[in-house]
Amino acid sequence: MNVVKLVAKKLGTLVLTVFAASLLVFFSRSLVPGDPVSFLLRGRKPSPEAVAEITKQFGLDKPMWQQYLNWVGHLFQGDLGRSLQFRQDVTTVLADRLPVTLGLVVMAGAMIAILGLAAGIVAALNRGKTADRAILISMTGLGAIPSFVGAIVLIAVFAVQLGWFPSFGSGDGFVDGIYHLVLPSIALALAFVALVARVTRSSMLDQLEREHVEVATSRGLTRSRVVFRHVLRNAIGPILTVSGVLVAGLLVASSIVEQAFGLAGIGSLLVQSVDRLDFPVVQAIVLLIVIIFVLVNTVVDLLAPLIDPRVAAGAAAR
Amino acid sequence: MSAPALSKSVRKSLWLPRANVLFVISLVIVAIMVISAIGAPLLAPYDPDFVDLANVLSGPTTAHWLGTDALGRDTLSRMMFGARSSLLGPLLVVVLSTIIGILLGLIAAWRGGWLDAVLARIFDLLFAFPALLLAILAVALFGKGLAAPVAAMSIAYAPFVARLVRSLVITERTRPYVAAYRVQGFSGGWIAMRRVLPNVMPTVGAQSTLNFGYVLADLAALSFIGLGVQAPTADWGAMINESRGALMSGQLLPAMVPAIAVVLVVIAVNIIGEEFSDRIGGQIPS
Repeated sequence: MNVVKLVAKKLGTLVLTVFAASLLVFFSRSLVPGDPVSFLLRGRKPSPEAVAEITKQFGLDKPMWQQYLNWVGHLFQGDLGRSLQFRQDVTTVLADRLPVTLGLVVMAGAMIAILGLAAGIVAALNRGKTADRAILISMTGLGAIPSFVGAIVLIAVFAVQLGWFPSFGSGDGFVDGIYHLVLPSIALALAFVALVARVTRSSMLDQLEREHVEVATSRGLTRSRVVFRHVLRNAIGPILTVSGVLVAGLLVASSIVEQAFGLAGIGSLLVQSVDRLDFPVVQAIVLLIVIIFVLVNTVVDLLAPLIDPRVAAGAAAR
Repeated sequence: MSAPALSKSVRKSLWLPRANVLFVISLVIVAIMVISAIGAPLLAPYDPDFVDLANVLSGPTTAHWLGTDALGRDTLSRMMFGARSSLLGPLLVVVLSTIIGILLGLIAAWRGGWLDAVLARIFDLLFAFPALLLAILAVALFGKGLAAPVAAMSIAYAPFVARLVRSLVITERTRPYVAAYRVQGFSGGWIAMRRVLPNVMPTVGAQSTLNFGYVLADLAALSFIGLGVQAPTADWGAMINESRGALMSGQLLPAMVPAIAVVLVVIAVNIIGEEFSDRIGGQIPS
């Protein structure tokens, strides 16, 4: 019963947040002084035909709330509007760009999970020793490197000086595509590896001091069994929470990394659309990122009690 | 997160004789950057926009200590002038978001009830918009430059400050001195502004110092992707963007100098912020 209540509450918050975000993204346009036609046609020739077309396309002659309902109605049908720069449906433009961004985020995510967890675990198990110190120093340094600085350093070293990897473009075909994503995904992962490593380390240290670990060790369990079954499992909560926040950071940072490496992904599309005054595309991508972020965090919140029954027990007690 | 503890262990791990050597180094770095920003017209060896096509990508020489860029402009001078917009933007964001955050946090904690609940909802909504995304949306609406991103990021960071202030004030208002002032007939507003606020200020200041580093990196990234400070104005992010051609031809300095400036200031500001919160002795609640 309580689980149902919890799930319902989380889903309610999800729907409410997405609704509010859609309002904010849609009505942000009305913050701009002046009439909407000239706002949408900035940088383009305001010929009578163009004005008539844009008025019809966005229903600009109708009241604002009707425009909003219209927009949301189309969103539910998978219609994100029309791009002004490509004269194509936003959905089509996004679908073309999705594979690159997906590949980039997945590769960076894998690096973050593997390297971040490994560094955090090794540091925690060697608390105060050389390994811990080395990891701490390097992670503190990494954490201070913004993704665009990481990107240009990687280009300078591995693309220009050593010539191991390409520095520009998305490549052709699957294997070449992956090859082109190596440096970008490293640039994207750097700061987040540091974040995950720091959280893993402190969460593990917190668990290692607990009595139940001592008990498990005194019962004669092997070191690896104690670490993985008794320490890591209990330490996973904060790591999971951070991964939720991390997703939004990854998506936004990918626009900078894609721009730095000339990748044709959704992030660089966002930047290009701002540059070319293509507001419908900007609107769609911003809302998409917010929805993904809220969705992932809801999933994380719902997963927490499954992984750690104490969270569910705590929620029930409240 | 145990940020202050972390900085301590890093410091110990560097075998520094005194804990605050790193803190002093950081202060020196920030001071140098602030002095170059303010004194750029007097201190910079060249006009940052002076184009010398006879002397492009020169590499370090006695005339140009940090070399020149693809247009023959002096990299050191551009770095010094670039410190102006690169530091002013984050400073404005931190000041504005701190003021907005303190007011909203104080109101939420002091009045409580429905006002607190409504504000909490609004903060939750804003947390769903990463600061950089809100800044990009603002540029799409109001055009390129520093003004729109600064306004957007001030709004994006205000909830973080507000939530911190709220939690601090809620603990603070149960302390006996608040009741003592109330009994003496002081108004709630006066106690909140003149007595409670100064007590929570140090912790808020420490958090805002930490925010400065994140904002600096975000605004530099925005200029790097061409949506922030526009060429030919010298700005660290914009300089890195302009120097990508030089980077590809193997000339590292024009891009690396501003990049190193960004990283140095971010690290220095983080160390200063953590030292502040260490000295206050209070932990920043996560």
